[in-house]
Amino acid sequence: MYDGGKIIAGLIIGIGLLMSPFFYNAGKAAKEPERALTDKAKQAKQCVMDKAYMTSSHFSLLDEWRHTVVRDGERYYKRADGKVFYKSLQVTCMDCHSNKANFCDQCHNYMAVTPYCWDCHIAPEEKK
Amino acid sequence: MNFILSIVVSSLAVVILVLIPWIGVGALDLRVIFGILVPYAAMATFFVGIVVRVVDWARSPVPFRIPTTAGQQWSFPWIKSNPIDNPKGNTGVIVRMIFEVLLFRSLFRNTRLEYRRTAEGMPKVDYEWEKWLWLAALVFHYSFFVIFLRHFRFFMEPVPGFVALLESLDGFMQMGVLPLNGLGLPGVYLTDMLLMMAVTYLFLRRIYISQTRYISLPADYFPLFLILGLGLTGILMRYFIRVDITAVKQLAVGLFKFSPTVPEGIGVIFFIHLFLISVLIAYFPFSKLMHFAGVFLSPTRNLSNNSRFKRHINPWNYPVKVHTYEEYEEDFREAMIEAGIPVEKESE
Repeated sequence: MYDGGKIIAGLIIGIGLLMSPFFYNAGKAAKEPERALTDKAKQAKQCVMDKAYMTSSHFSLLDEWRHTVVRDGERYYKRADGKVFYKSLQVTCMDCHSNKANFCDQCHNYMAVTPYCWDCHIAPEEKK
Repeated sequence: MNFILSIVVSSLAVVILVLIPWIGVGALDLRVIFGILVPYAAMATFFVGIVVRVVDWARSPVPFRIPTTAGQQWSFPWIKSNPIDNPKGNTGVIVRMIFEVLLFRSLFRNTRLEYRRTAEGMPKVDYEWEKWLWLAALVFHYSFFVIFLRHFRFFMEPVPGFVALLESLDGFMQMGVLPLNGLGLPGVYLTDMLLMMAVTYLFLRRIYISQTRYISLPADYFPLFLILGLGLTGILMRYFIRVDITAVKQLAVGLFKFSPTVPEGIGVIFFIHLFLISVLIAYFPFSKLMHFAGVFLSPTRNLSNNSRFKRHINPWNYPVKVHTYEEYEEDFREAMIEAGIPVEKESE
């Protein structure tokens, strides 16, 4: 091999960097988020939309609500089956999901998502 | 192969690569194969393949320096030399390599040759300023790199700090996708758009310039289409056909911890995205994508131009039998003196 020392050193550094997720995760307990539902949320059975939609796209719904409330002044949302919701993060959403730390933050921290909801809204006080 | 056939063949290959996981997971529900076996096989091919290729390169002798320089060589103190473009030692080489790897300097020096006739009908050759290829290449590579690093939020638990920094920088414009309600979230990343624009430009440039089109093969179009497909599936998954990303992260972290699981409820689009990246990294060691490692081994960039003061011996030289002038004179001194030919050493 020619210049073998330098090339092997470079190869080890490069492969090591590319394999860093293997080293980083090794030996750490993979803590998966556990969404906790409050009793009130459990009783309600269904959220505004079905569970799959709420898991993947709740922010779209919130954003749509924000736009229609702030710009168009429409404060009520009528679901396909006729049920009406008052469009409000603090009053409607957080009424059932009053456990922000165990409901919102679990997954947001896991995925390193930093929603800007609470830049303006007041997070509900949690009962310890 | 003409260019239309090349484009058809390579785009057809990408379409088939999209269909394989679509049918495999969507219809046949082979989640373990596409979620665990394929990524592991691809990663193994990638790492083993890269080591084999690089070791193979390292075994090839570099018998002499290849001074394709763009600067004055070091010679006399009163001649100004260029220590970076024509380095005589390691420091200059390291600086030149940093410029090459991080800023694509040799591509920056790219010019376009233009042959035309002047108004008087005289032929004229011009070297035109041409930076678009360099710019698109730089944008493409850095966008891809940032996107790769941003994916570490799926690869690592807990998520390291640099990911949050990158995401906030990348998404600082907080743009919506479309001016429609509900499509403003999650925030649009600059690198996503830049990557797609750069790949599209690189493809159009390839077919627009006739010389480039002439030398383009399916091996040139295929990686472009694959990366385009990869970007499209990623963007689709983020904005339009969403999947449960906590489940995706469980799958990814499980792969890296060697305790793989396929959680329930991940949409087919994710498996298409995963299959395309698996194909890309498995294809890596066999293709021109190896320039990723090869750029570090470019002989015209990583060798100092010291041939004038350091002897480099070709390693495959066989021993040549030589007869030096001293020996020659030793053999024929008497005859030379007799014939009046000057000699270096008079006989005693």
